[in-house]
This record gives sequence, C-alpha cells and structure tokens, in this order.
Amino acid sequence: MRTRRTPLVAAGAASLALLAACGGGSDAGSGGGAGGASDDIAVAASDTSCDVGTTELEAGTHEFTVTNSGSSVTEFYVYAEGDRIMGEVENIAPGVARSLLVELPAGSYQTACKPGMTGDGIRTDLTVSGESEQLSDDEALQAAVTDYTRYVTSQVTALQEQTQAFVTAVKAGDVAQAQALYPVARTYYERIEPVAESFGDLDPKIDARENDVEPGDTWTGFHVLERDLWAGDLSQSGPVADQLTTDVDDLATRVQTLELQPLDLANGALGLLDEIASSKITGEEDRYSHTDLWDFQANLDGSQAAITSLRPVVAAADPELAASLDSAFAATQAELAQFASGDGFVLYTTLTPAQVQGLSDSLNALAAQVSQVPAVVAG
Amino acid sequence: MKLSRRDFFGAAGLGAAGVVALGAGGAVAGRAAAAQDPTASTGTGAVPFGGAHQAGITTPAQDRLHFVAFDVTTTDRATLVRMLQAWTEAARRMTRGEDAGPVGAVAGNEYAPPDDTGEALGLPPAGLTLTIGFGPTLFRTAEGVDRFGLADRQPAELVELPAFAGDELRPEISGGDICIQACADDPQVAVHAVRNLARIGQGVVGVRWSQLGFGRTSSTTSDQATPRNLFGFKDGTDNLKSDQPQALDRFVWVSGTGTWMDGGSYLVSRRIRMLIEVWDRQNLRDQQDTIGRTKGSGAPIGQTDEFAPVDLGALPPRSHVALAHPSSAGTAILRRGYSFVDGSDGLGRLDAGLFFLCYQADPATGFVQVQRNLRSDAMNEYVQHTSSGVFACPPGLTGDDDWWGSGLLG
Repeated sequence: MRTRRTPLVAAGAASLALLAACGGGSDAGSGGGAGGASDDIAVAASDTSCDVGTTELEAGTHEFTVTNSGSSVTEFYVYAEGDRIMGEVENIAPGVARSLLVELPAGSYQTACKPGMTGDGIRTDLTVSGESEQLSDDEALQAAVTDYTRYVTSQVTALQEQTQAFVTAVKAGDVAQAQALYPVARTYYERIEPVAESFGDLDPKIDARENDVEPGDTWTGFHVLERDLWAGDLSQSGPVADQLTTDVDDLATRVQTLELQPLDLANGALGLLDEIASSKITGEEDRYSHTDLWDFQANLDGSQAAITSLRPVVAAADPELAASLDSAFAATQAELAQFASGDGFVLYTTLTPAQVQGLSDSLNALAAQVSQVPAVVAG
Repeated sequence: MKLSRRDFFGAAGLGAAGVVALGAGGAVAGRAAAAQDPTASTGTGAVPFGGAHQAGITTPAQDRLHFVAFDVTTTDRATLVRMLQAWTEAARRMTRGEDAGPVGAVAGNEYAPPDDTGEALGLPPAGLTLTIGFGPTLFRTAEGVDRFGLADRQPAELVELPAFAGDELRPEISGGDICIQACADDPQVAVHAVRNLARIGQGVVGVRWSQLGFGRTSSTTSDQATPRNLFGFKDGTDNLKSDQPQALDRFVWVSGTGTWMDGGSYLVSRRIRMLIEVWDRQNLRDQQDTIGRTKGSGAPIGQTDEFAPVDLGALPPRSHVALAHPSSAGTAILRRGYSFVDGSDGLGRLDAGLFFLCYQADPATGFVQVQRNLRSDAMNEYVQHTSSGVFACPPGLTGDDDWWGSGLLG
C-alpha cells in the first residue's frame, strides 16, 4: 500500500446506480443490471477450449452462460478493440456455470476464456451488426466510468469469494491450501487497489506491511497472515482472518456507492504502475511468500482495465497514444509472462538482477505512456 | 509565461562574464587559445553544443560529472533514431540553460507530467556539456546479434578492452550500448541533464549504470591549475591540453578514416577504486615513491617545479609516473577523470577513488598501451579497477538540424 497523491473519489460524479441507468455494460455479479437479454448464449469452457454458441450477434443486450468443465478456475471476457473489457465473469470454479449480461453496440469483438486466470486466453472473434452509436465526448467519458465501475464491482465480488476461501483455509489450519490461495485472493485486491485506497482507512487494514504500521497500532490484513503462513504458525491467526473478512466485506459495501470521475481512472491506472515500481519490482510487498509477481500481474491487469475503459476517449483525441499504450501494455505483459509458472508465477527470489532490470525497464516505458493519459482525459 | 532558465541570466551578460572568467586563469598562451576555442567553459555560462568536435572533450574540465551508460531495450532502429533526435533537442536546450522540453517544468498542462523535471530552474547553464558515445554492443550484442543493422559500421578500433592483470570488473557497472558524459560546474545541472535524458529515453533505453564524480582530476587547458586526486597528489600535470592542437590531432581525434567517426574520439572509462585506508597508512616517502612526484609541489621526484620535464632516470622505476608518462608509454591520451566517493562499504572503508575517463584516437594505441605498461606499477597495490567501458564518440553536430548519431544511423 502507499499514500495516494490525489483522492480517487472526487465529488460530483454520477453514482454507480445512475451510471448503470445511462446504458453501457451491466454486470451479472450485481444481480440484475440494466435491460434484459432476449437470448442466452452458451459458452463451453474447458482447460483447453472455449466454445461460444455464436460468432454473430445483433446489437443489444446479450446473456452469456459460461459452464466450466475444466479442472482449473476460469474467467470469461468479451473484449472490444484494444482489449477493452465490455463484460467479464471472474472466478468460475470447475463444474460451475455463471452468466454474464453485456450490452454490445455494433462492432468487432473477441470473447476469451482464461483457464487458470492467466494469459491472453482462448479467443474467438465475435461480430455485432446493427446501429453503432456515436457518443459525444462527455458520453464517451461517462461510458468509460461505467465500464470501469463495473470492472471494480466484479473484482470486489471475486475478492469476497476468494478471501472467504483463503480465510477458511487459514482457520482450518490448512497451511498448504492457504498458501496456494493467498496470491489468488490478493490478485482481486491488487487489481483495484486505488479504489480501496480511496476509502482511506480500509487499505491499511487490509494491505499494510509490518513497517507501515504506526507504533501502538494493531497490524491487520493479508500480510499478517502471510507472515504466519510462511514464517510463523496459524495458532493466533483466527481473529486476523475474521477481521480480513469483515474489512473486505466493508470494502464491497462501500464500492456499491463508488463515485468515480474519468480522471480517477487515468490517475488510478498510473497509480497501479507506480505501485509495481515502488514495491513489487523490489520484492518488498510479499517479503515472506515472495509471490510479488502475482501482485505485479494484478496491478498490471487493473491498470490496463482502467486504460482500456478510457481507450475510446484516448483513441479519438490521440490515436498515436492509444496505439503506444496497446503496445506498451503488451510488451510489459510479455516481459512478465516469461516468469509464468503453472497458474501463477515463479517466486520473486528466483529472478536474476538482469531479469528484474528487464521488468523495470519495461514498466518504466509503460508508465511513461500511461502518464500521458490524464491530460488527454482532462481535455 | 514560459519560465526559461535562461531568463534568469541575460544572454549578453553571459558572454562578458565568460571572458572575465577565462582571463582569470594564467598563462597568456592558454588564455588566447581558450578565448578562440568555441568549446571553452565559462564557469556559469553556456558552452556551445555544436562544432567540429563534441564539447566535453577538450572543453576545460568542469568540476562535476554525472556519467551514465544505457542499454538499448528496443530492437526497432527507427525508434532508436527518434529517441536520439529527441535527446539531441533536449541536450541542445539544456546546454543553453533552458528546460529540457519546449513547454518547460511549470508551464504545461497541469494534468500532464512536465517535460522538464524542474530542479535546474534558476540555475545557470554552468558550463554543461553532454557528450555521447556508442559502445561495441550497440553494433553487435555480446551474443553477436546485429539488432540495428550496424554491424558493418562498427569501427575496428571499437572493441571490448582486453583483460588486464588485477581487474576486479563488475559486469553490471561496466559497458553499455550508449554513454552520456555530463559535465558541469554545478552538480545539480549535470544530474538534471542525465535525469531528463533517462526520462525521455524510457521505453527505448534503460539505465545500465551511472557514476557521479566531483573534483576534476585533470586539467585540459594550460590555464587550469592542476587538481589533486584522492591520493592527495596533483594529477594530470602532463595531460594533453586543448591548446596543443597538433598533439590532439595526433592522439585524440580520429581522422582520415573516411567513416562516420572522422572528427570523433574514443572514450575509455574505468572506475578505479582506491584503497584509501591502506594508502593513508603509508609514509610520505613511500607515497611519493609510488607516484613518482612530490606530494606538495607536484614536481617530479628530483625536481622542484611541477612542470619541470620528467627525468625517467631519476624516478623510482616502478613509480606510476615513470610507467605512465608519454615518454615511457610511447603514446598519449587526454585524461578527463573525476574523483568519486560512493559512501562507505560494509567494512567501514570509503568506497572511493578515481572515475578515470580518457579520450584517444584509438584505444589500442591509447589506453590499452598505457595500461599494459602499468603492469608493474607500484600504485597497483592501492587500486582496483571495478568498472570498464569503451565508447565511440562521434564528431560534433554540424547544425541545428543535426542529431546525435546522424552519421551512424542517418
């Protein structure tokens, strides 16, 4: 965690409920978004395939039902140009079916399943025909906020689920299971960390490291359990685990009334990259588990989600910057992907200094591009 | 309003101040030569960026150094060229005492990162020179890959230095695809320049290593007093000087090759750590015998005047001067080194020494020849070479549209 320069939440933004009413995406996780779907497109997901019921649709609201017949947890995405997320379902466990409502204007899209929740996923082209809506500048910015707010909501839902699973393993004394779930649960937190930071008191409770805590204050959150799991024992961990559940639920509740400004997205995207540069690239974040690269990936995902929400705005104002952002995100992702292992990553401690330098150079190049976005958004 | 650093100093006033500063130095010959030398430093003033040769080589050595070596991270030649052009524009501005970018540190869109970092606002140009060099790995990586189609343009002179006895080189602070030598009379001006070039280069180059230096350890003009290095001895008494044009043409400038390097020079960098605490325990006589000069006046042993001709026969045969002097090494190099103190090491010893920089027309007949002659140097007991680099520094820029590397990549 770190202290933000500017509050993420600014006054005067439309509330989540209002935004949802403006149109744009809707979210299955929130239970009943705007508009209903006239169809139900089946998506058969396995560890190696992603069969989508159709590849051509009419513009409008559609429902996808994703059934995971594979052995690892999967995710399903509908992407617009530049991998802008139109809708996604996270955390679909093996054997589970989940549905997604998404509003799609005319255009070219891709669907993707991500077995193991990593990589580019298994892609299928999807063409949507009909009227394409030309948005005004303000509408385009509002659509970006709507898009990203929906992303935040879906991440928080997954965070609650994964934190619960992690806490259950901790309280059951199942060290191996808890260690396996620790970086996964954190992923959903790290993707939206600037949002949590905007609720001043919650980020320290959930994500403080030992040296972040003022003398006399109580240290709580993920990193206490990290220490217990890797460098201690779980005998005293129960209350901390319960408190983590409470704090994550509190976050989920507060996110329901989240009010974002377009500039918050741009600043948040840069803030997430700064997080990587200041604590992940140095291996300081997860000093006991050394799972820093999971957090690196999650921060990168979250930054990209915010930027892709803004991408239509950026592309209209500065097409060259939009293209540079695409390639810089891809380059950093490729640099990081070298260290993927199974459904996660190798431990930070196995990286050579040259490999860390490669990640750092790539990240700096990306952050230099992302730092140009706020001025574009501010117009 | 655009707040330019130059606005703090009248451009006309600078010229006058420059003449005065130069006149304060000493010998008539040196003054005259320096006054005609477009690369002459003016203390607080600006050194011209363009010219037949790059500034920062024969320019009177400024007091401060920030040296940086970059690795190129892109594989796209056009991207590299665009960055070199952007660097050149920024360097041109900064050497004039202006902000790195056209908008400036405080005049731009408040939602955009400024195109200058701001710490040099209010500071004079401070004689800033920025000198670029290209390392062998730009032409062909250590694995032999020709990333930019430059392999056939690699000069034969630009090869990795041979290993020398006693080298303790650390690869992570050695070499590099591109180097920038930033010299100024104000450390903040030099650091500002390197910081902004690194910022502009993000995504195209990454900093491999960098080194700060202070207290120039060589004079490059006759009117500069000879400074002392951290051994406490005057260093650079018999260095090549900018007012010796024939010697410079012979030993420093590349000429007659018909290649992009004509008018350029080769730079060798060596971070030479001094074992300070060990040295400080040696008695004065041993220190003087090790160097070959008297510590007070700097005169060769057996003489009383610093500039008295070196009599090789009168010096201890293994003394540093006896082995390094041009009359013994059979060649000459233009030294431009700086002292460094990078704090202390884990054993409480100063991590300090000489960041040695030298320019020559060919490293093989320059630094390599001198260094080979130092194999039995008594001084070796007190030094360790921890970093090494060799770079091809192209000639100076010909006009306002010219850019760093145009002869090589244009």
